[in-house]
Amino acid sequence: MNRREFTQAMLAASAAIPFGITRAAGQTRGGTLNTIIQPEPPLLVTAFNQQQPTLTLGGKIYESLLKYSADLKPMPGMAQSWEISPDGLTYTFKLFPNITFHDGKPMTSEDVVFSCMKVLTETHPRARQNFARVASAEAPDPLTVVFKLKQPFAPFLGCFDCTSAPILPKHIYEGTDFRKNPLNDKAIGTGPFKLKEWVRGSHVHLVRHEGYYLKNQPYLDEIIYRIIPDSASRALALENGTVQLVQWTDVEFFDVQRFRAQKNLEVTTKGYEYFAPHQWLEMNNRIAPMNDKRFRQAVMHLIDRDALAKRVYFGNAKVATGPISSKTKFYDGKVKRYEFSVDKAKALLDEMGLKPDANGKRAEIKYVVPPYGESYQRAGEFFRQSFARVGIDLVLVGTDMAGWAEKVGNWDYEMTQNLLYQLGDPALGVSRTYVSSNIKKGILFSNTEGYSNPEVDKLFDEAAVTLDEAKRQELYSKVQQILVEDVPVAWTLELEYPVIYDKAFKNIVSTGIGSHETFGSVYKS
Amino acid sequence: MDAVRAFLRHPSGMVGLVVLLIVVITAIIAPIVFPVSPWEMVSAPFTPPGEDGLLLGGDTLGRDVAAGVAYGARVSLVIGIASAIAAMVIGVTIGAISGYFGGKIDLVLMRMTELFQTIPAFVLAILLVATFNPSLLTIILTIGAVSWPPLARLTRAEFLRLRNREFVEAALCQGEGTLRIVLGHILPNAISPILVVTSLTVATAILLESALSFMGLGDPNLMSWGFMIGAGRTVIRNAWWMSVFPGLAILITVLAINLFGEGLSDVLNPRVSRRRS
Repeated sequence: MNRREFTQAMLAASAAIPFGITRAAGQTRGGTLNTIIQPEPPLLVTAFNQQQPTLTLGGKIYESLLKYSADLKPMPGMAQSWEISPDGLTYTFKLFPNITFHDGKPMTSEDVVFSCMKVLTETHPRARQNFARVASAEAPDPLTVVFKLKQPFAPFLGCFDCTSAPILPKHIYEGTDFRKNPLNDKAIGTGPFKLKEWVRGSHVHLVRHEGYYLKNQPYLDEIIYRIIPDSASRALALENGTVQLVQWTDVEFFDVQRFRAQKNLEVTTKGYEYFAPHQWLEMNNRIAPMNDKRFRQAVMHLIDRDALAKRVYFGNAKVATGPISSKTKFYDGKVKRYEFSVDKAKALLDEMGLKPDANGKRAEIKYVVPPYGESYQRAGEFFRQSFARVGIDLVLVGTDMAGWAEKVGNWDYEMTQNLLYQLGDPALGVSRTYVSSNIKKGILFSNTEGYSNPEVDKLFDEAAVTLDEAKRQELYSKVQQILVEDVPVAWTLELEYPVIYDKAFKNIVSTGIGSHETFGSVYKS
Repeated sequence: MDAVRAFLRHPSGMVGLVVLLIVVITAIIAPIVFPVSPWEMVSAPFTPPGEDGLLLGGDTLGRDVAAGVAYGARVSLVIGIASAIAAMVIGVTIGAISGYFGGKIDLVLMRMTELFQTIPAFVLAILLVATFNPSLLTIILTIGAVSWPPLARLTRAEFLRLRNREFVEAALCQGEGTLRIVLGHILPNAISPILVVTSLTVATAILLESALSFMGLGDPNLMSWGFMIGAGRTVIRNAWWMSVFPGLAILITVLAINLFGEGLSDVLNPRVSRRRS
């Protein structure tokens, strides 16, 4: 071996080393992920629109300080470490160095403070609630962010996923009308993927952000989100491999089972832990007979929720035991259980004096069918049959999206169905439905049913500002017992949406927000 | 009686009538044959036809498709006939006023009719039903409201043809009132084409109702054929029977009404029937 050969061999070896390392970890560069976005989002800036498709797609473009594991523990996002002062008032985040926006400008703590305190408090209802608790946010140096809270707020560390606190570039948005900024179309964030083109009605094309701060990431070259409005065509696209990933409601519940049998596909219901979609039959507590606790308890006995899960959701759901999902922190299953029993329901209705008339009819109740697709329609039909067993006529009322929001928001309904995300912590996603301070006319997803119980208010308020986990558990256990006894709404199911993907792709579901995640670590084997 | 006898000799018209009678009888006896509500979940979801005692299978919730088709006949016939009558009442009133009085009234009413004719009926129906929440009554009125223009134009033409006839002038000379002349003399002479078009309107009304229900704009408390197809459409790859049987029901019923209407037209319209004989 002469010197030239030796040099060549060394060069080859040194070239092989990084290659070898990536191979050892199993993560190869390159590849295209085709997936679906449904329905087409109105825009991609997650700070301004929080509908599910926007968040799913925007999660690749906009990143936040933290990520959350499946058991909802915080993990490093753009912040590599964080500290909480013993009094629970000061949160200090240390950012990773060398983070850049898609336009090449560096991302610093200034951008974080600006995004959280200026932009999100104006444009993001959920973040507004969270950051309203902040007394001051500072950027002492480019890699340090300090939030000082007005009073302790236990789930504050749970407010920094990419759907709740996306970071925007200050140099683009400062001093402008955020929502009308012409660069919104470019969707400039810090995420591992950047927008290449968006052909309306066809697809959104994302390509790798070369200046991404994590070494070697993202592994994929590009992600293409295809817009396919018809559900049968979406299922077909997955079946024949045109797309390699579907999430949320991209394929209908009845199709999920079919894909479990398809060998190249992985079907999982993981990756929704942060959202924990919780569904219930909502009853307006202000109106008779729903204003009587016994009536609401009878409703719990009336609905065969196992059958509901099986017939309407084809098994992609779990029976809910109370207000907190079993996937959310501080869930307590040791509460009163309402088994399916028509006799018990009848007994409760008789006891409260709601007796059948000569025709066997006890009451007539209007049920507004949420216009969010077939499963809601089928569930309404299921409920109507359930109520018919005790002589209650449930009259289904059809409406459009605006009409449903208007009726429910303004308390102009008797019964309907509702579905809320739990957002990882009862203080973030559960208490809003039950505390009297959140009875706000005109606002959807507030305490629209009008339940009010000073004891529940007190427990929820106390639990939100208590830092000791054991103490919080105690408070939430108590509140669950009271709520399950009072039945402000009839909890039906914890929905288990699927993520279905081609097994060649790894790390698709790596955190508690699943397909909303940045996908920087997704690779194709 | 001549007309009835002529109709009995009309082959396709009779086929239509017989099939239509079968549909009507199905609608009437539905609660006897299927005592359980068509909404009741009686079997496992996705039961294929013939299994589990379900002749036409079960739907996604396990509801009997056969019961749905039978009860759907009631909804389709009621909506079809009621909205055709609604269309007839509106159309004949406007057409009669327009044709009898002529002049400016005619001008205004006919421009209005043309306005309605230029708007696609189905789009207008969707708009109306979505605006007033879907229920049996609003659907009937909506279908009536989008189906009257052809009847109005037909009635107007008939009235224009008849208003200067001698028997009308004779009635005028006798000092009979306008209402009596219109209802007592002109209308009876114009009624046969109106009846023919009304019978065909029943068929289009059934189709409109099915289309509305298919779009999810039907009365959610009524089991109708369009609703069944709409609900079964998404699973057509796994379970064809949920949409095929109600679809066949619509096809057969609408075809029967059309055959019946054409037979009626041949019999009641002397010129055509003379040409054929």
